[in-house]
Amino acid sequence: MSSVSVATSSSPWAGGQSPYATNSKKFGMWLFIASDCLTFSALLFAYTYSRVSNPDWPKPFHFSPSIIFSSIMTFCLLSSSLTMVMAVHAMNHGNRKSATRWILGTMVGGAAFVVLHLSEWMNLINNEGVTPAHNPWNVPLFGATFFGLTGLHMTHVIIGLIYLGIIAQAVIRGKFKAEDVEVAGLYWHFVDLVWMFIFPLVYLMSAKI
Amino acid sequence: MSEHNEQVEHIGATTVTFAKVWIALLVLTGVEVLLAYEQLPTLIMLTAFVGLSVIKAALIIAYFMHLKFERLSLFLTLFPMVIFCIVLMLIFLGDATRIPLMRPPA
Repeated sequence: MSSVSVATSSSPWAGGQSPYATNSKKFGMWLFIASDCLTFSALLFAYTYSRVSNPDWPKPFHFSPSIIFSSIMTFCLLSSSLTMVMAVHAMNHGNRKSATRWILGTMVGGAAFVVLHLSEWMNLINNEGVTPAHNPWNVPLFGATFFGLTGLHMTHVIIGLIYLGIIAQAVIRGKFKAEDVEVAGLYWHFVDLVWMFIFPLVYLMSAKI
Repeated sequence: MSEHNEQVEHIGATTVTFAKVWIALLVLTGVEVLLAYEQLPTLIMLTAFVGLSVIKAALIIAYFMHLKFERLSLFLTLFPMVIFCIVLMLIFLGDATRIPLMRPPA
């Protein structure tokens, strides 16, 4: 039976083989990323729409500390993406110890991002008087869209940290395969990718000059 | 079979390539920060930021997320749909630029 189908069609869509030449976990993560892309684009769109349609949109992000902090946060996330790539690379070469170290490095970058972001939030709440529903400039949409967007992103980073922690302890104990690290890497790079849009559209577009 | 696939799959990029992509991403971020302090009209700044971010996203997807070295069918399954949905959302952005003009003079 199988020899017949191989003989009649060599198309990857004829069944019996993966048309994407990838494992199901990785494809599942790609589908999740596609759907999450749309969630974040909707929130980014909501922020940008409000930003463009309000001439008196607030610009609460001073160069120090907000822009400096958010630039360092971008650096942390980009570097953690590099260490995650190195972890996948090490795991593909069967080096579990090195892979674990790179994953822990990634987690340090992610944790630094969360700490800096929370202190940035605190600066905004305490020094600029911005809350999700009120702010001194009477543009409540700013707080709503800002905290909604960055809050969801921070939630993703924290979930990523937990995810990577689970992967790291399993990898060092000899469980999980290279593809599991790669799937975790896909998630982590996606979180980084979303920040590449949030940083310019939210922070730099409303930087206080 | 699967081991063979995995070996073929990872030939595409080396650690040097990843480091280069990382540096390119940092440089593009630096350009964005500099751009933020140029006094440009909102829409031009928005376009520039979105353009630079799309380049950064493409670099991350192609190299870090390894899509450049996957089959084309995976890319074609995922991305045209996502891009189409995002473009559908952007249809409303034109309204945002008209709303300030519709305000009664203060």
